[in-house]
Amino acid sequence: MNWLALSFTRLVGVMIKEFIQMKRDRMTFGMIVGIPVIQLIMFGFAINADPKYLPIAVLSADNSVYSRSLISAMENTGYFTVVKVAESEAEANRLLETGEVQFVVTIPIDFARKLVRGERPSLLIEADATDPSATGNAIAALQALPRLAFQRDLTGPMQGLAAHPDPIDLRVHRRYNPEGLSRYNIVPGLIGTILTMTMVMMTAFAITRERERGTMENLLATPVRPIEVMIGKIAPYIIVGYIQVVVILLAAKLLFAVPMVGSLTLLSTVLLLFIAANLALGFTFSTIAKNQLQAMQMSFFFLLPSILLSGFMFPFRGMPGWAQAIGELLPVTHFLRVIRGILLKGNGFVEIWPHLWPIAIFIFVVAAVALMRYRETLD
Amino acid sequence: MPEQLVIDVNALNKSYGGKRAVRDFSLQVKRGEIYGFLGPNGSGKTTSIRLICGLLKPDSGSGSVMGFDVVRESAAIKREVGYMTQRFSLWEDLTIRENLDFVARMYGMSDRMAKVSGALEKLGLASRQHQLAGALSGGWKQRLSLAACMLHQPRLLLLDEPTAGVDPKARRNFWDEIHRLAGIGITILVTTHYMDEAERCTRLGYIAYGRLLATGTMQEVIDHQALVTWTVRGPELAALAEKLRMLDGVSQVTAFGNTLHVTGPDAAKLAGALHALDLGERYQVAEAATALEDVFIHLMSQAKDNFQ
Repeated sequence: MNWLALSFTRLVGVMIKEFIQMKRDRMTFGMIVGIPVIQLIMFGFAINADPKYLPIAVLSADNSVYSRSLISAMENTGYFTVVKVAESEAEANRLLETGEVQFVVTIPIDFARKLVRGERPSLLIEADATDPSATGNAIAALQALPRLAFQRDLTGPMQGLAAHPDPIDLRVHRRYNPEGLSRYNIVPGLIGTILTMTMVMMTAFAITRERERGTMENLLATPVRPIEVMIGKIAPYIIVGYIQVVVILLAAKLLFAVPMVGSLTLLSTVLLLFIAANLALGFTFSTIAKNQLQAMQMSFFFLLPSILLSGFMFPFRGMPGWAQAIGELLPVTHFLRVIRGILLKGNGFVEIWPHLWPIAIFIFVVAAVALMRYRETLD
Repeated sequence: MPEQLVIDVNALNKSYGGKRAVRDFSLQVKRGEIYGFLGPNGSGKTTSIRLICGLLKPDSGSGSVMGFDVVRESAAIKREVGYMTQRFSLWEDLTIRENLDFVARMYGMSDRMAKVSGALEKLGLASRQHQLAGALSGGWKQRLSLAACMLHQPRLLLLDEPTAGVDPKARRNFWDEIHRLAGIGITILVTTHYMDEAERCTRLGYIAYGRLLATGTMQEVIDHQALVTWTVRGPELAALAEKLRMLDGVSQVTAFGNTLHVTGPDAAKLAGALHALDLGERYQVAEAATALEDVFIHLMSQAKDNFQ
């Protein structure tokens, strides 16, 4: 017997029933509209943190003692770690775009010569400022850098230069979010957390509700197949998810003036993957939980790390390693990188691909568990 | 295997967490029969029905339902069987029509709209089709449930206490419908606690503590137990009943209005005991036919509780 053999009529039947029941359940309907609005207001402005050891790439055309001193001084602030030495400007750009590094430090060709002559060479530091709370303190630490960096090197006849309040011309470019507005970061992030919250919770009740009301027995007595029930129950919520996204994006545009650089078509496509991941998880909870209360508890158990460890509440790079490891397992972590990438950096498919396949794997694993758990019998 | 047998299961067993809900359950039901399934609460009636319609997998045992293997072909059985659950299990937040429509879709029925409309018409619910099912009274819920499980025109109906909590007139209508369905060749397995309903079945089975204890037509079930019953009429029956229960040869005393049914397994012993009591002029004592209810009460008290 082929469990993949779908009956379209039955599938549509389950979907229609879910829609009608959703419409009749005022509480759930209120949640669909209410949660995005409440969260938007609650989290919209309030979050901050102080991450250290942010990854930087160095693009240096000057291999002098001075540039080395500068880099080690940067690392000594505790905010920076050199993870890459870029060979070209293009490479440096790519590193920043994919989010592999948070900063790119560009040291110009005649840096040492100009420094020694007292000509105030310029030093370019480009920051990925999509999350201003991740870069804010690091950028502040840069301000004291020029005076401290060369104290040891500028001795003897050059002591006068060190005394100069500003031996170099430090230029900081906040890329993607030049004004450093945290709402640019938070508002797209909200799409991820709100979808996680509502999608997981709603589908978590999908099977437990049938079981608690005794209607499961009736459903099981019909020839409907598990996969039909699963897709039929999940599909209506995909539409609900898109409605929520439209609400948040409209608010992002109109209330918070969040820039939308990238392709909204790409975003919509990726959203489908992310929504499906959450719905599949909710459905799985629903097959495991014995009643609606348990389903609720499981949803919350998943929700907390999704908010705290995903890089939504606190900058991902500010978290300890174990927390980052947990975060990497959550679909919302990857989705946040995708949506911030698309909206703020204008990322295309190539840049977001590294964050898409983990979500796809998540769906596959979770759906497999759900189909294993769903029984066609009452045992 | 004779083709007439719609249900033919042998030695089915089912346990829940160490408790054997059904043990060595065998049942043969012929086409067009109304098979009444009786037994106290928790005796395994519902579990047996769920085993038959493929909602539960038996731990052991074998058999066929509608010619399909009861263990391996439960999907096929589900398509051919109408199952009405003990508790109302349609969707209370869907309207009457939406419920029927959903069920029709689940069975992938063609010409759905017409069939649903036809069912509503026959039910007499056409004018109320847009009411929520949850707002219906018990009797109407039961009729709706029957209509829902009949929608795909099954050849076998499994009805689990279909008339619990339904008023006598609605019960009578329900049973008239059952007999009509049996008349057109549909086989019906029905559980009940009511003796008058049991008497309307063509065959009966009595189950207690997971075991099928007696089976046959009503008369066969009664005869098989070989009980003797006397009736006693007169005043102050409650006090007398206490006294009668103490007597050797009396296994049970049951009050029916102003008559006591005194039942025992041994005719001579019972007659002797009643005679020795010498009830006098105030009481009329007569030998009577043993009723089905006497037999069931006897069976219930005989069955050893294996859960303790």
